[in-house]
Amino acid sequence: MAEQREIRVNVPLLARVEGEGALDLAVSGGEIRELRLRIFEPPRLFEKLLEGRSYAEVPDIVARICGICPVAYQMSAAQALEQAFGVEVDEPILAMRRAMYCGEWIQSHALHIHLLAAPDFFGYGSALEMAKDHPAEVRRGLALQALGNDLIRLFGGRSVHPVGVRVGGFHRAPARDEGRALGRRLRAALPDAQALTAWIASVAPRGQEQEFAFVALRHAREYPMYGGRIASDRGLDIGTEDFETRFEERQVAHSTALHCLLEGKPYLVGPLARLMLNRDRLPEEVAGTLVRTGVRLPSRDTFASALARAAEIHLALLEAARILENYEPPAAASVPVKPRAGTGFGATEAPRGLLWHRYETDAQGKIVRARIVPPTSQNQARIEEDLRLALQRFGLERGDDELRLMGEKVIRSYDPCISCATHFLDLRVRRE
Amino acid sequence: MSAKPRVAVHKFSSCDGCQLAFLNLGDALLAAAELVEFAHFAEAGPVDPQARVDVAFVEGSISTPEERERIRQVRANSRFLVTIGACATAGGIQALRNMHDAKQWVAGIYALPEYVSALDKVTPIAAAVKVDLELWGCPVSGSQVLAALSALLAGTVPPPDEDKVCMECKRRHTVCVMVAKGVPCMGPVTRTGCGAICPSFGRDCYACYGPAENPNTASLGRRLEGLGLTRNEVAARFHFINNAAPAFHEAGIAAKERRRG
Repeated sequence: MAEQREIRVNVPLLARVEGEGALDLAVSGGEIRELRLRIFEPPRLFEKLLEGRSYAEVPDIVARICGICPVAYQMSAAQALEQAFGVEVDEPILAMRRAMYCGEWIQSHALHIHLLAAPDFFGYGSALEMAKDHPAEVRRGLALQALGNDLIRLFGGRSVHPVGVRVGGFHRAPARDEGRALGRRLRAALPDAQALTAWIASVAPRGQEQEFAFVALRHAREYPMYGGRIASDRGLDIGTEDFETRFEERQVAHSTALHCLLEGKPYLVGPLARLMLNRDRLPEEVAGTLVRTGVRLPSRDTFASALARAAEIHLALLEAARILENYEPPAAASVPVKPRAGTGFGATEAPRGLLWHRYETDAQGKIVRARIVPPTSQNQARIEEDLRLALQRFGLERGDDELRLMGEKVIRSYDPCISCATHFLDLRVRRE
Repeated sequence: MSAKPRVAVHKFSSCDGCQLAFLNLGDALLAAAELVEFAHFAEAGPVDPQARVDVAFVEGSISTPEERERIRQVRANSRFLVTIGACATAGGIQALRNMHDAKQWVAGIYALPEYVSALDKVTPIAAAVKVDLELWGCPVSGSQVLAALSALLAGTVPPPDEDKVCMECKRRHTVCVMVAKGVPCMGPVTRTGCGAICPSFGRDCYACYGPAENPNTASLGRRLEGLGLTRNEVAARFHFINNAAPAFHEAGIAAKERRRG
């Protein structure tokens, strides 16, 4: 009977995601006829406004694409421009970049777990409500978030749109004592990260295993963050310069974020994809903590992303502590850069997944053309596919509110960044 | 039932970075939630875009027809309206497209530009509705938003901080990067509030906090030329994060026109 009704559910705003989007769902004869994640975040046209700007301005410009992951944008851009100019940065600078990037993973993951995702685990509307009943867990999360921000601040002066990164290295290296003091604080926070992982394993819901490809960077030695080859669990293994030969961005009518497909199919980037492709690169302590949770891995349940984020907080604390505990400021915070005409590619692992940049420069180092593929555009097709499967399995006969909440949870589990892409979720269920 | 003051945080065209001034407050965010009711703050959870509030914080600029309508509704529902950040206060970096053919730019990125709805010009909030307080900065800081909130709830509008970054460098004993190293710094025309971070990193201020009071942009423009920048490069220094702030917009144009003169 329910299928005969025509119902419209209109939820004017998706809570606890970054950006503007909507979900259209049309159900008829008990089947999904149409499902679209509509993103209408206003385009800010960054690739065009980079044209004609000096290479030296690029780290400050691309940071403004996303207030939550500015470091990722700065890192991919610096890497790409250094490649275009044939500049090699040295080990101490690479270590500083890795430590700073760890700060962004810690703050972004801690923010997502506690302020955006965890209220769903208990049925709260917000972390502020959740804090009344679970004050210790929320405070622990906010403290981890603050520690991540402090780590970014050490290298960049502030945590949102930091100012320290330049093409060739950094404008300034932290003072010895400042670096080491933070290293000790990071080490002291490790038990919190272990407790967080155990807590997430016990409270986060599980979904269903689905069939899809994982895509992430794969590095010769490290858990991937700042570099590596682009790999999938289906045999893909390419250099960052070959991204465009295998991945294709398509515009769809309902979104200002382009859909990116791997050989015509949706795929997943982000913490779960990274973890599944790089479990052999996890430090022992992190792998051990994961095993003790009893959660079966590998998993193709995207709700396991929350656990992957917690494990990555643990990893990032460890890595940054290791780099900073014995920190000595490098002789020079940057290497000399001489611009030239060229093309460079950059690929790093933003908190939400693979962030790929390409720049063409002229002889003075001015940007001729830029292309940026953020993680959320790569995950968009996968989110739609997941919603279709998850809602079908959940039961389309359920009430509109239940369907809406389930849809929101699925979307939030991806931590979509709709400013890099959604703050308007407008779910319309049409039943015929 | 609740007698707490009601607060909203609204997002327009932006990077979300200024909302983080709240979300990064840590314990102070929990404390603030005891003192005020966040009636609408989508990223934090509460969703009620039509909420009537005492203070509305607005992030982002107006760049689509939908946003132009929505900001009027926000104004009508808010006792005080506070813009947070360069986008809301001056249009933000995306206002750079105002100096170009926006349609062509959209066509340069999107295969099907007809599906993308965008106004020809990106404008700050004050171009559409009355604004009670403007907080400059890209991004604004936690202390800026908390200070504004406390003052407004006490019934007063805090005086704007319009000093130049140079003053802050002096207070912090930061060696002047322009005098000592010949770095083309925007500090002499830029408003403080950031803590003069960039010069403390040995680099140029790039004017993310917008124009200071009475900025002598012409004089700085000549100084930057003296340091070896071309006039187009001088113009690009003004036409950056706060390119649509009138003082910087005009200074950039003047720098370019001197080239023809």
